[in-house]
Amino acid sequence: MAGIPHDHYEPKPGFQTWLHKRLPIVSIAYDTLMLPTPKNLNWMWIWGIVLAFCLGLQIITGIVLVMHYTPHVDLAFSSVEHIMRDVNGGYMLRYLHANGASLFFLAVYLHIFRGLYYGSYKAPREVTWIIGMLIYLAMMATGFMGYVLPWGQMSFWGATVITGLFGAIPGVGPSIQEWLLGGPAVDNATLNRFFSLHYLLPFVIAALVALHIWAFHTTGNNNPTGVEVRRGSKEEAAKDTLPFWPYFVIKDLFALAVVVTIFFAVVGFMPNFLGHPDNYIEANALSTPAHIVPEWYFLPFYAILRAFTADVWIVQLVHFVTFGIVDAKFFGVLAMFGAIAVMALVPWLDTSSVRSGRFRPKFKAWFYLLCIDFVVLMWVGAMPTDGIYPYISLIASTYWFAYFLVILPLLGVLEKPLPQPATIEEDFKSHYADPAE
Amino acid sequence: MFRKIAISAVSALSLMTGAATAAEGVVHIEDIPFSFEGPFGTYDEHQLQRGLQVFTEVCSACHGLKFVPIRSLADEGGPHLPADQVRAYAKQFTIVDKDTGEDREGLPTDNFPMNNGAGAPDLSLMAKARAGFHGPYGLGINQLLHGIGGPEYIVNLLHGYTGEEKEEAGNTFYENPVFSTGWIKMPAPLSDGLVEYADGAPNDVKHMAEDVSAFLMWTAEPKLMARKDTGFKAVLFLILLSSLLYLTNKRLWSAVKGPKKH
Repeated sequence: MAGIPHDHYEPKPGFQTWLHKRLPIVSIAYDTLMLPTPKNLNWMWIWGIVLAFCLGLQIITGIVLVMHYTPHVDLAFSSVEHIMRDVNGGYMLRYLHANGASLFFLAVYLHIFRGLYYGSYKAPREVTWIIGMLIYLAMMATGFMGYVLPWGQMSFWGATVITGLFGAIPGVGPSIQEWLLGGPAVDNATLNRFFSLHYLLPFVIAALVALHIWAFHTTGNNNPTGVEVRRGSKEEAAKDTLPFWPYFVIKDLFALAVVVTIFFAVVGFMPNFLGHPDNYIEANALSTPAHIVPEWYFLPFYAILRAFTADVWIVQLVHFVTFGIVDAKFFGVLAMFGAIAVMALVPWLDTSSVRSGRFRPKFKAWFYLLCIDFVVLMWVGAMPTDGIYPYISLIASTYWFAYFLVILPLLGVLEKPLPQPATIEEDFKSHYADPAE
Repeated sequence: MFRKIAISAVSALSLMTGAATAAEGVVHIEDIPFSFEGPFGTYDEHQLQRGLQVFTEVCSACHGLKFVPIRSLADEGGPHLPADQVRAYAKQFTIVDKDTGEDREGLPTDNFPMNNGAGAPDLSLMAKARAGFHGPYGLGINQLLHGIGGPEYIVNLLHGYTGEEKEEAGNTFYENPVFSTGWIKMPAPLSDGLVEYADGAPNDVKHMAEDVSAFLMWTAEPKLMARKDTGFKAVLFLILLSSLLYLTNKRLWSAVKGPKKH
């Protein structure tokens, strides 16, 4: 691997050399495991391993669930009940899988916000960031389609609402929607294709994860100071770093064990905490539930979708300028996807030369406001659309866009950053006593 | 047409979220300390047996339990009836045999029959399909100690009747503020002393409602006790594993990282 200089794998004479000349797989595994890692990584750098665990958990529990599940509108709901009642350990498999999705999204949000705070998206890590955003999109598609499979009321009506978003695209929208559904409405064809894609996408995610890891192993990890590891020589690099094995493997495993403890407590003692009761009612096309809400991890973007109603002046302006092509509904869809797009483009929107938020006093305040904004959006996304809530969601949505499109570009120019440490070693020594003393 | 469905669904969603929240806000679902709530809660098999009796003598006239196998009445962590009683219980049902297409007596391997003759919903999952409460502050974390509130919803519904009734389009509706629309087609099913318990347990409306709700929680979540047991073992094991990894990590890093300076 390019990047930080370190010791590489030396095959011993005999079988090791024989294999190495034909397939250097041990060498790749060695370099991956022994990657020099900044020694000052804090506890926000553990979410990667949690995410890898989630992907593994979801794939393994998912494969076993598929052995007992039937993707047909007449049988899907009862096959899930069959899993819950008759399959050995089926109730654990299903609850682990359903709650595993929530842990996956919790970890990915913490992982993304860690990246936003420490400037992990900045050069030379833009490609890592973009791949990460693609993984996030694939996760959302997978999560959404997985939620449809139990064929409960929320599955059915969630699918109806979300595919309806594509119907809002002017001109081609209705055709795209019909193509996605495999017919005029959510039905057996929809369930079958969602099942197929729900099984496929995790493997696409796994491939993207491999690229994600390859990309940041090439550039090296970011770290809380945002200062790059010195690469002049092996000795110099060794002062800033420690090998991934054993230092970070053990640290990450400890953190993972703590997270998984809490996860198992939720699965064991309150497995329906994050689910919706209506999904225990079999899908019924003739009865719309009183309360269609997406899963909690979609709520912030769902709030942005709903925020831009026809009485907001910018919606009216765009409606007028585009001769009515972009109506309020399509505007909402654009805003929802735009909210993720601006996040994906943050490497080019943030103009500051300083990477870590630790040395950016003004940025810090705006960033914490963004975190609060995200929570507010999540809360308001589950609220009704009357009274004060539309105003709250409009303000919160506006801040989301303002942060990425106005505040970050301006801060780079207006802000006076604090002095940064020259090296990671210097920062580390200023925080921790020498262990020899 | 599909576009129309989608649009109406989107608008229905925005309108109805408001309505539903408002309706839920009005009626307070009274919490009941069921034995199966909390991390260590277990089903009381005598209560489940009484609940089964209420279901059989009252509810089953109109409601089915199509997802529940009759054999599971013998399960530990359930009503735990002796095998001969389960066989005798199954015999009262007439089942259309899947292979021969002919009527025969029920067997323990059959499910409870479905019953939607009167338009009544199946009750297999009812206790999980209704949420009684979402506190504190809508976060729902009280589930950990108080359950999801589904059984409480059923209890409150069963003695929530005001006694008012109205005729509408040839149907009689009974006023019950716990029900989402305030008017329900089901007449008050329970009255004091309706079911005679063999064990002499109190059989007023309140107790019968609690017993049958506990039974319906079991039909909705038959593996609740096994799940909590697994969760408990997993958490214990993981606490041990975390502790060992904590010590390993501490020792490993002690060679490269001294105590924090400030």
